[in-house]
Amino acid sequence: MSLLEARELNVWFDLEGGGTLHAVQGVSFALEEGERLGLVGESGCGKTTTALALLGLLPSSAEVAGEVRFHGEDVLAGGEESVRPHRWTDVAMVFQGAMNSFNPVRTVESQIVEALELHAVAEGAVARARAGKLLESVGIPADRARRFPHEFSGGMRQRAAIAMALACEPSVLVADEPTTALDVMVQAQILELLDGLCRDFGLALVLVTHDLPVVAQLCDRAAVMYAGEIVEEGPMERLYHSPRHPYTRLLFAATPDLADDGAPVASIPGAPPRLDRPLVGCPFRPRCDRAFGRCAEERPLLRRVDGSRAACHLNDVPA
Amino acid sequence: MSVVLQEPVLQEAPIRSRRGIVLETIRRRPSAAIGATLLVLVLLGAVLAPVLAPYDLHKQVGPVFGHPSWSHPLGLDDGGIDMVTLLMWGARISLVVGFAATLVSMLIGGTVGVAAGYFGGKTDTILMRITDYFLVIPDVPLMIIVAAIWGPSLFHIVIVIGILLWTSTARVIRAQVKSVRERVYVKRAQAIGAGHARIVLRHVLPQVAPLLIANTVLTIAVAIFDETALSFLGLGDPSRISLGKVIENAFQRAAISTGAWWAIVPPGALVALIILSCSLIGQALEDALNPRLRVAHLSARRFRLRPLVGRGSEAL
Repeated sequence: MSLLEARELNVWFDLEGGGTLHAVQGVSFALEEGERLGLVGESGCGKTTTALALLGLLPSSAEVAGEVRFHGEDVLAGGEESVRPHRWTDVAMVFQGAMNSFNPVRTVESQIVEALELHAVAEGAVARARAGKLLESVGIPADRARRFPHEFSGGMRQRAAIAMALACEPSVLVADEPTTALDVMVQAQILELLDGLCRDFGLALVLVTHDLPVVAQLCDRAAVMYAGEIVEEGPMERLYHSPRHPYTRLLFAATPDLADDGAPVASIPGAPPRLDRPLVGCPFRPRCDRAFGRCAEERPLLRRVDGSRAACHLNDVPA
Repeated sequence: MSVVLQEPVLQEAPIRSRRGIVLETIRRRPSAAIGATLLVLVLLGAVLAPVLAPYDLHKQVGPVFGHPSWSHPLGLDDGGIDMVTLLMWGARISLVVGFAATLVSMLIGGTVGVAAGYFGGKTDTILMRITDYFLVIPDVPLMIIVAAIWGPSLFHIVIVIGILLWTSTARVIRAQVKSVRERVYVKRAQAIGAGHARIVLRHVLPQVAPLLIANTVLTIAVAIFDETALSFLGLGDPSRISLGKVIENAFQRAAISTGAWWAIVPPGALVALIILSCSLIGQALEDALNPRLRVAHLSARRFRLRPLVGRGSEAL
């Protein structure tokens, strides 16, 4: 049994002008204890929506189908009532733009204490001491605890947000773009911190990012998302050295390389398809450099291809 | 812990507290200080009326419509009662009604605004349509009707004014709550398991409180004005003497044709003074607490034409 498992997760949003947007389309993945999974893809491909769906945090305008299993228990089945006991105690989240995830008029300490008290982990002076310890574990001196969020730098706020996520000792941490909007040095520190925390606490990590090098540095496995679905999923090494989906290959090709000779970085022409109308064939076909007849007619399914999973008709063509 | 990272040490620079900002704004806008001083003086006079009032409120101490003199600086009214005494006691009732009605309207307006903004959707639509409905009702005629039906009493006046003045507060608060509830930390609070009540009280209300305070002060002015109007029309509590009642009495007993201006002008001026001071304070608070108004191009009051480039300071 996997620690955290998404099965056929689908999310639709009602659009204001009528119609629906199929934001997440049949996403399935499993996360084992202590494992680190990267969710990568370009903007609007459903990464964040998937992450929020894992915690049942989507707005009421979203319709969710499929299962999210924690230790085999479907946590979404009973609505808010069945998710709440798992949120933060089992699966915690560092939100996108976590620098803003602090209430500006309360001290950082009081907000970490709030999490502790709401889950009856600790109270009063004990909770405050624990908040200090948590902050120290992310590299912030405990005597900063009584400061207000605006007195922290961006990197410190990101650390504090991670500390808050760790408050109830979860076994899974979902981090949504934890390094975005930070400069390179601070990014490196945050990655190092996440790496250390995962090792020390045996945390499993779901890292949502569009930054491939970040995933490569931190994660064992990655799932590449495109147009709301996972197009390829497998060990990081395999994805890099022998991608089984053209999108994965083009994504890696579009990443600047430090050792490069200065050749221009490749880009993938075109834009992802609109998700408010049914897709026929492969969603990536219009941008694919190796599309053929079948791609326009039949939608490829995610299938096992030596060690990883990929959704591409090319894998059926004998090389 | 294995993670030891260097973070530049925070400078222990003095932080501008909200109180500091308020004080600084008052210094920059002396009108607020003037308003506050005036209001405090009026409040002191009203609260200490039993001690400070020079004469008895119910005793004739001189001739009817007696002229101002050294012993009666503002003259006497139609019953020969000292005007200064009357004003002190009258301001007492006016202020009580003003504050109480404001409290009622802030409770209603705050609740409606927060509920509409926080829950959104159908709740929002229904509450805002009700608000619109109250907004288009002409205040004074409705107050007159309700006060006439319910009968004159201080409590009724408070309720009538209270249930008519909450609309603009509700709209302003709703808009602010809508913006606050979309912030990441509200979602985070929800994620760590905070219920609606906790999110509203701990994370939303502190953000809209400044707005509520500024609105409160401005509403007090309107409430006092409305109370005066109702009393003047004879719909106030006949047994309580408010400033409006004083004006009404003088008006009814032909103070104008008698030439007894001192019976009618001072109470009117006092009402105007209270309203003015509340407006001055309220506007300054709004300026101080709403950072958007501190941006020059968004604030009509602070907008200044600048000299054209190249012509130097003599241009304007």
